[in-house]
Amino acid sequence: MVIAWAIGALVLLLVLVGSYRTLAAGHYTAGQWFDFVVFGLAQGGIYALIALGYTMVYGVLRMINFAHGEVFMSGAFSAFFLANALARRGFLASNPVLSLVLLMAFAALVSMTIAVILERVAYRPLRGAPRLVPLITAVGASFFLQYTFRGLFGSGVRVYPTVPLLEGTIFGIQTKLIVVFLGALATLGILWAFLTFTRTGLAIRAVAEDMEAAALMGVDVNRAISSTFAVGGAMAGVAGVLYALVFAQVQFFMGFLPGIKAFTSAVLGGIGNLPGAALGGLVLGLVESVGPSLFLDGLGIPAAHQLKDVIAFTILVLILIFRPTGILGERLGSRV
Amino acid sequence: MRARRFIPVSLMLAFILVVGLACQQAGAPGPTPTPAAPAFQPPKDEIGVVEIKPGEPIVLAGALVIAGPDASLGTDSMRGIEIAIDDLGGELLGHKIELIKEDTGCNPEGGQAAATKLAANAKLVAIVGTSCSSEARVMAPVINDAGMVMVSPSNTAPDLTDPAKHVEAYLRTAHNDKVQGKVAAEFAFNVLKVKKAATIHDGSLYAEQLANVFAEEFKKLGGEVVAQEAVGPDDTDMRPVLTRIATQQPELIYYPIFTKAGGFVTRQSKEIRGLENTKLMGADGLFSPDFVEAAGEAAVGMYLSSPDVTAFAGGYQDFVAKYEKKYGEKPISIFHAHAYDATMMIAEAIKKVAVQGPDGTLYIPRKALRRALYETKDFQGLTGKLTCDPNGDCADPKIAVYQIVSADTSGWPDQVVKKVYP
Repeated sequence: MVIAWAIGALVLLLVLVGSYRTLAAGHYTAGQWFDFVVFGLAQGGIYALIALGYTMVYGVLRMINFAHGEVFMSGAFSAFFLANALARRGFLASNPVLSLVLLMAFAALVSMTIAVILERVAYRPLRGAPRLVPLITAVGASFFLQYTFRGLFGSGVRVYPTVPLLEGTIFGIQTKLIVVFLGALATLGILWAFLTFTRTGLAIRAVAEDMEAAALMGVDVNRAISSTFAVGGAMAGVAGVLYALVFAQVQFFMGFLPGIKAFTSAVLGGIGNLPGAALGGLVLGLVESVGPSLFLDGLGIPAAHQLKDVIAFTILVLILIFRPTGILGERLGSRV
Repeated sequence: MRARRFIPVSLMLAFILVVGLACQQAGAPGPTPTPAAPAFQPPKDEIGVVEIKPGEPIVLAGALVIAGPDASLGTDSMRGIEIAIDDLGGELLGHKIELIKEDTGCNPEGGQAAATKLAANAKLVAIVGTSCSSEARVMAPVINDAGMVMVSPSNTAPDLTDPAKHVEAYLRTAHNDKVQGKVAAEFAFNVLKVKKAATIHDGSLYAEQLANVFAEEFKKLGGEVVAQEAVGPDDTDMRPVLTRIATQQPELIYYPIFTKAGGFVTRQSKEIRGLENTKLMGADGLFSPDFVEAAGEAAVGMYLSSPDVTAFAGGYQDFVAKYEKKYGEKPISIFHAHAYDATMMIAEAIKKVAVQGPDGTLYIPRKALRRALYETKDFQGLTGKLTCDPNGDCADPKIAVYQIVSADTSGWPDQVVKKVYP
């Protein structure tokens, strides 16, 4: 533990020295720092949405659904075809708001369906098995989905049509980033309301708290678990469309990295903990965006942005050393 | 059990030994008995001989990136190989040519996988590949050990033909980026009158070295390189790194990277305050309709350094006609002619060293084939007159700078890219 504290103190010192020297050097204007934060929050919002899927499934089944990144990819990929069709008919330009809602609904539906089928086919038969078994199955399912999309649609990059309404800026912030961030917040709000106020939400929380007791109380456990996957999948689908709005490219392998990052967010915030996943996503997005310039610039490290993952994962390791259950703790059960 | 088996085995060994000794003793004294007709001696070679029996094909391989975001780059080269084989009539010295196609993924892992697979094929004579320099870095040693030879139509990293790191099995018909980086720097400094430039690479051998050559040459000309940044090939959010570059207010950003990351950099650079009027410049890795598609309108106005097709030899127009006829579209990237030349060079070298046996079997000695390739001198190819130096550089490099003038890729290449320099 002494070593851990020493490492922690050293990293903190480096961060402080780096940040101080960066700020003292004054290369960046306030506007640019603001931009870093905005970029970070938009990226973080997407991580947060994907992270919710990981954390909900963990909360209920105590398993990591490593195929969740691919559920995200399938949503973004399917919505691409709809977006393209809408753009060709000029509908995307004439009815942008309706188109966006349609796109998100469609992506959510596809991702939801895939997540539910995944649970039914790949995880349910293994529910009593040791914990490693569904984990490996999840990795397999992830490859299966990736290469199904590769087989169906090729391995090239597809380019999303741009939404004219979202080009341009509001108060110096790009409109699409605002939409992405608000979209992520709204989705989080809907999820919270769903879990708090609906019977299905109640069932999910009950199963998360104690699967056997819930079953004895007459909760249909299988249904509750299916709903968990459905809700997590829908979130990932929405995240897929938001991601495509910002980055305008889809590819069969696009789910891998965001999936890993979202899983990291979930662990960072405290896996199984919904507000934790959201917070973890935002923190990760911010650190990736602001970190390299703030911490490393002052230390004179060249090409600092190549090291953004190093910073993100160093922070993860430190948090896990000092708070093994993540920032907000591993709150399971009643407080899913 | 063991003892009983041991007896026949040792008997056999003893027999072989006796017969062997007898033969040697019989052969040793006096002149070698010469039969009536001089018996055919298959060629000997220190690293092996490929034997091709009558009716068997001569096996060549194309190890190029033919899937994934950079598929245009390799598919284009693969077509160059196929047209070369067509032009040879599909055969060489009475044997059909068989082409194995292997994807290399434009990354070291893909190069390694393809190399391992190809090296296991004892019938394989030579390889045209790879597409990306980082693939060749890992493939060349494997191919070298397997006794084969490879000629790359599109690796450009200086490292690969650096005398300290060059392996014997590796040659290329593509230019060395020492040339491309210089032309790009000259264009930026002399024509665009840019004084402050920034570079971005993606950690790949090609991008990193080309960005460095550009930076060095640009400094030599008197310019200032204000930022040398790097991104990951799978990164999607380039805005933080671009914001960082924007603090140094460069007038030009040179990013010789690949399609996926290149698309993100190009698109997102337009969203960064301070970079609105910064000129963008890429290199041959981005010279494809896929990139223009990925970057969209943001790519219009951008510059690309790349081989100069207008300076190619006379046969190039015919080649393009064949290409269009065969594939129904104009060349989709820039290294098709280099691949054609690489294939023809290999064919020429095979013709020089192959020996035909009396039963029609063709023997291709591997070391001699390598030597013949290195002896290539003033070989008239589509890309110019090729002469190989001892480090494997065979190109007759002609580099131009193009400007992207439209994002509508249906008019590729004539309506999309226009040559602006020299």
